[in-house]
Amino acid sequence: MIDFFWTQIFPILIIVGQSLLLLSALLIFIAYILLADRKIWAAVQMRRGPNVVGPFGLFQSFADLLKFVLKEPIIPSGANKGVFLLAPLVSCILALAAWAVIPVHPGWSIADINVGVLYIFAISSLGVYGIIMGGWASNSKYPFLSALRSAAQMVSYEVSIGFVIITVLMCVGSLNLTKIVEAQDGPLGMFQWYWLPLFPMFVIFYISALAETNRPPFDLVEAESELVAGFMVEYSSTPYLLFMLGEYVAIVTMCAMATILFLGGWLPPFAVAPFTWVPGVVWFVLKVSFMFFLFAMAKAIVPRYRYDQLMRLGWKVFLPITLFMVVVVATVLQVTGWAPK
Amino acid sequence: MSIVGLFFYLFAFVLLASAFMVIAARNPVHSVLFLILAFVNAAGLFLILGAEFLAMILVVVYVGAVAVLFLFVVMMLDVDFAELRQGFMQYLPVGAMVGLIFLVELLLVVGAWVTAPNINAAIKAPIPPLSQATNTEAIGLVLYTTYIHYFQLAGIVLLVAMIGAIVLTLRHKPNVKRQNIAAQIARTPADSVEVRKVKSGRGL
Repeated sequence: MIDFFWTQIFPILIIVGQSLLLLSALLIFIAYILLADRKIWAAVQMRRGPNVVGPFGLFQSFADLLKFVLKEPIIPSGANKGVFLLAPLVSCILALAAWAVIPVHPGWSIADINVGVLYIFAISSLGVYGIIMGGWASNSKYPFLSALRSAAQMVSYEVSIGFVIITVLMCVGSLNLTKIVEAQDGPLGMFQWYWLPLFPMFVIFYISALAETNRPPFDLVEAESELVAGFMVEYSSTPYLLFMLGEYVAIVTMCAMATILFLGGWLPPFAVAPFTWVPGVVWFVLKVSFMFFLFAMAKAIVPRYRYDQLMRLGWKVFLPITLFMVVVVATVLQVTGWAPK
Repeated sequence: MSIVGLFFYLFAFVLLASAFMVIAARNPVHSVLFLILAFVNAAGLFLILGAEFLAMILVVVYVGAVAVLFLFVVMMLDVDFAELRQGFMQYLPVGAMVGLIFLVELLLVVGAWVTAPNINAAIKAPIPPLSQATNTEAIGLVLYTTYIHYFQLAGIVLLVAMIGAIVLTLRHKPNVKRQNIAAQIARTPADSVEVRKVKSGRGL
């Protein structure tokens, strides 16, 4: 029995502990990402942003959390109660589950699986279910329209994200996230990360990630001028908070994906003295924050797309370009002999 | 019993239960949601087998794309459940007959099933060994060499299906206003804005 505990139960307890540690760090990071989003947005519009709770408004997100949790959750009488309450849980849990494989430092991932990229791709493609279920279960017209829009939008942009990932995988020769980061390590430092050789794919990944996470300028799912607030109209209190949390976790996951695929993960910009003293996890967080800054700036300065423009961009522009680039990259790798063995 | 065994029974039980609920649920949207649960649990079983690539592809393709479209269609159906259940007793004999024939056929197939002679050895020592190639590589090595023709054939079948879907749905409507994106982008202030001095009280 003792033996059974040490060989079977104990490893699971360790994983649970690691997960709790990662989740608490991630949620605190999300709290400040939320604040940063509002502050950047405010700065672009020459406002101050939240500045009342704590110094510089640093505790604003925690005050918001308390406010949401203490409110009364309202379930519409016509709603499909089970699915209605399941939807925010699905969207939040799926977004958090993706972080199980993300290496933030050499060896610091809960599961270093061989098909890490595919796992994140699979989990993020499931994110659409939270929205569809929420939109349908609300039994109301605006949420339903929003759910239909989101389903079409997220399925469309997944295709181009998939091709972008394939080009990176061809350069690396592995689906393991740790190996993808290690493949970008080299004497040229930051100029050897894939953002430079695969620059068009980096741009397409960034724009597709905006669309995949329903961020402005592609936030047609919750376009307030047309659909009030999209699939979240009927939600209040904690269920709404879970949707909001899931959305931001998905955004940070996409930033982490961009960091790993194109910005060298935990690697320092140059492998020389002052840069190598900084631990890898700090570089990782800095790069994710930089990606998030780009996301926030897009929200602040780009006007919202029309739905037909969005679909045209996904299917008629990104799909042919990425498909063509897959062929080009494969040819170049084969002809020059750079292809990984 | 190890933890892996425990997980096997968990996945298997949830898979069977949700597969049953797919046909037992009264609401078609609930049926599709149970179908998705069944897919995810099947992916879990694949993971336990060590087929990680297949597990992820199952989730990406079936749960992430096919089931979304399923849900999309089912949600938009306007089904009257009372009407659906009306003729149940009338159709029961035919349904039972079809089910019975299907069951007998399945039993015949399973009864005549011959497993490959070296299957046990192959499971215990996969070729190439796990230390040399990952799951993904191993699949790629046989898929693009031994089975390349089947692979290409599957691609052609999909291509034909895609063209068929486009042909069926593409209609040219003459009265629709279309946007010429290139022309819109090519516009400059010089050819689209005109500035005129207007005298006060005169108009143009």
